[in-house]
Amino acid sequence: MRVLAAMSGGVDSAVAAARAVDAGHDVVGVHLALASNPASLRNGARGCCTLEDARDARRAADLLGIPFYVWDLAERFRADVVEDFVAEYAAGRTPNPCLRCNERVKFAAVLDRAVALGFDAVCTGHYARVVDAGDGRRELHRAADPAKDQSYVLGVLTAEQLQRALFPLGDTLKGDVREEAGRRGLAVAGKPDSHDVCFIADGDTAGFLRRSLGAAPGAIVDADGTVLGRHEGAYAYTVGQRRGLGLGRPASDGRPRYVLDVSPVERRVTVGPADALDVRAVLGVRPRWCGPPLGGEFHGSAQLRAHGEPVPARARRTAADTLVVDLLRPVRGVAPGQAVVLYDGTRVVGSATVDRVVRASSDVAEAGRH
Amino acid sequence: MSVPRTYLDHAATTPMRAEVLEVVTARMRVLGNASSLHASGRAARRVVEESREALAAALGARPSEVVFTSGGTEADNLAVKGLYRARQAADPRRRRVLASAVEHHAVLDPVKWLADAEEAQVEWLPVDPYGRVDVAALRASLAADPGSVALVTVMWANNEVGTVQPLSDVVSAAHEHGVPVHSDAVQAVGQLPVDFAASGLDAMTVSGHKVGGPLGVGALVVRREVELVPLLHGGGQERDVRSGTLDTPAIAGLSAAVVASQEEQPESGQRLAALRDDLVAAVLGAVPDAVLNGDPSGDLRRRLPGNAHFSFPGCEGDSLLLLLDARGIECSTGSACSAGVAQPSHVLVAMGAGPELARASLRFSLGHTSTVADVEALARAIGPVVERARLAGVVNTRKVSA
Repeated sequence: MRVLAAMSGGVDSAVAAARAVDAGHDVVGVHLALASNPASLRNGARGCCTLEDARDARRAADLLGIPFYVWDLAERFRADVVEDFVAEYAAGRTPNPCLRCNERVKFAAVLDRAVALGFDAVCTGHYARVVDAGDGRRELHRAADPAKDQSYVLGVLTAEQLQRALFPLGDTLKGDVREEAGRRGLAVAGKPDSHDVCFIADGDTAGFLRRSLGAAPGAIVDADGTVLGRHEGAYAYTVGQRRGLGLGRPASDGRPRYVLDVSPVERRVTVGPADALDVRAVLGVRPRWCGPPLGGEFHGSAQLRAHGEPVPARARRTAADTLVVDLLRPVRGVAPGQAVVLYDGTRVVGSATVDRVVRASSDVAEAGRH
Repeated sequence: MSVPRTYLDHAATTPMRAEVLEVVTARMRVLGNASSLHASGRAARRVVEESREALAAALGARPSEVVFTSGGTEADNLAVKGLYRARQAADPRRRRVLASAVEHHAVLDPVKWLADAEEAQVEWLPVDPYGRVDVAALRASLAADPGSVALVTVMWANNEVGTVQPLSDVVSAAHEHGVPVHSDAVQAVGQLPVDFAASGLDAMTVSGHKVGGPLGVGALVVRREVELVPLLHGGGQERDVRSGTLDTPAIAGLSAAVVASQEEQPESGQRLAALRDDLVAAVLGAVPDAVLNGDPSGDLRRRLPGNAHFSFPGCEGDSLLLLLDARGIECSTGSACSAGVAQPSHVLVAMGAGPELARASLRFSLGHTSTVADVEALARAIGPVVERARLAGVVNTRKVSA
């Protein structure tokens, strides 16, 4: 196969590319330049698009003896990931930009271009497994390393995209990947993992949103509407957040308070006790199916965060192609905008974007704000 | 994966000439610092000075006018900054730098740096749609206030689109006002007749590796009476303008390469022009809507004989490069950048091309090792490659549905 290996400059994508070469594929390495403003973003040590990362990727490609190019996808990334991220927060939702990037950049813009240029597949260093289900179909499964499993952020891939996805690290533990990188002489063997949001180099999401959206001060209130404090912008708060609320007085019952609700339009942040965060069902929109779309009622598990615990769940599609997911064990702190990913054992069935949540303490579904 | 390579990127660098390789490696085996007074030093000094004399003779300059540097970029920096500072020191009113908008980055960036750091006032001279500098604009700029101009810098021939600049007009316009002129002749040597004395230039940049010489060596040819403030201070080599232990093997190689290419030029210029005309015809035959950028005439007085530069509407330059590379054909999308991210070329933008067309461009450049077989290989590949790149181009501009 002709394989295009996306190489971030990190250890995972370097070993993934090496394994694709070993498998006998004709491999070309491509580093995706995603930062719109290289001068500022590439200074950060934590971003994933620094000049140093591009060089590290190039050195890995040199060692593997494969051609290497840099593709400038900054414009696509800005429009499809960064602007979406800002707009979602502005609307009081909590987006996952990695998932958006996989959906719209890596396995859309990059994959489409690769296929047009004559490649058969795109290879990445994601920890997930693609399993041949026989009859030509391919299934997406959790990685062998539960601590690194990234199937959640790949839950947006369609069956068609999976046909052309190669994840050579899915059956390997992260520690073994590092060791293999060292054995292969890859200089990135000891490079720290990237964390956080790649386009927020200093890791300060609240500051990034403040710069993007401007100050929008408002009140922090409890469930009764009593004003407990002030904030500089509701978008800097996430449902389930406990730290950084800056409330002087403790709650009357002495229990810690959490963000229950974020309403940027009303500039209101509502806080309350932990048990008020429990969610027993979610309504998802924009479902994506990694295999055949859901037919009747689904029994399996659901995961609501990249590193969240899966919980037993029941799901069904509605006539309007939304997804209703009953969580058979309540999940704490689910925010609209997150993805709900459905699993049948280790197999990813599909995903949807959470639009509303149903609290355990309430009979009414709460709408995400549009 | 071993595909036979077709090298069509001589404007980036050229294969080293066999005789140059001999000269360089032979000298590398020999001890000697050309500044030392003992026998080894004298032997090295002799090689340096003989190289200087041969280089000067080949370029129509006097030996004392040759300042060896680490390459074209250093020579350009020395000319631009050195001239500006010396002229400014002599008369503080001289703050204006007049430069063509299509200069190589080795000139462009020092000029911008002078503006940012030393209060130079830069005027970018416009070019016509072929990339040829507007001499009337230069004359008007000079005449507006001749006493405030520090220098004029206009390249001999453009590295991207191959356009030859009207240098004698530029020189006579500047000299009417006593303003010195520098020219980057890195692409011109070996391709065009280059004679420093006849050009009337005050300073001229040449480079080794563009003419079959070694990398990392070049020279600024600069008239004796022109004052330059040095960039590198130290041992006082090169008439105190450029300090640093002389790289004897590289200097010997540079000289041998320039001599050989100047000797060959009358014949090779014609040969490359004919080969280039075949290449242009083959590309336009295979891709009828390809656009030839730069001067369409094959005349050596207007275009570098080894240069062919196209835009392929609907394609991304880097898609074309990837596909051609996979077929063993090596060319360039224009100016390379350290991060490898393609920016629309400032040359094409100055010529009036939109960013779309600028990103869709490729440069093929011929040199001393180019053959008919190279052109034939490109002729076979370019049609299917453009067809494929167009598919990718269309895909890439498609908006992903939410």
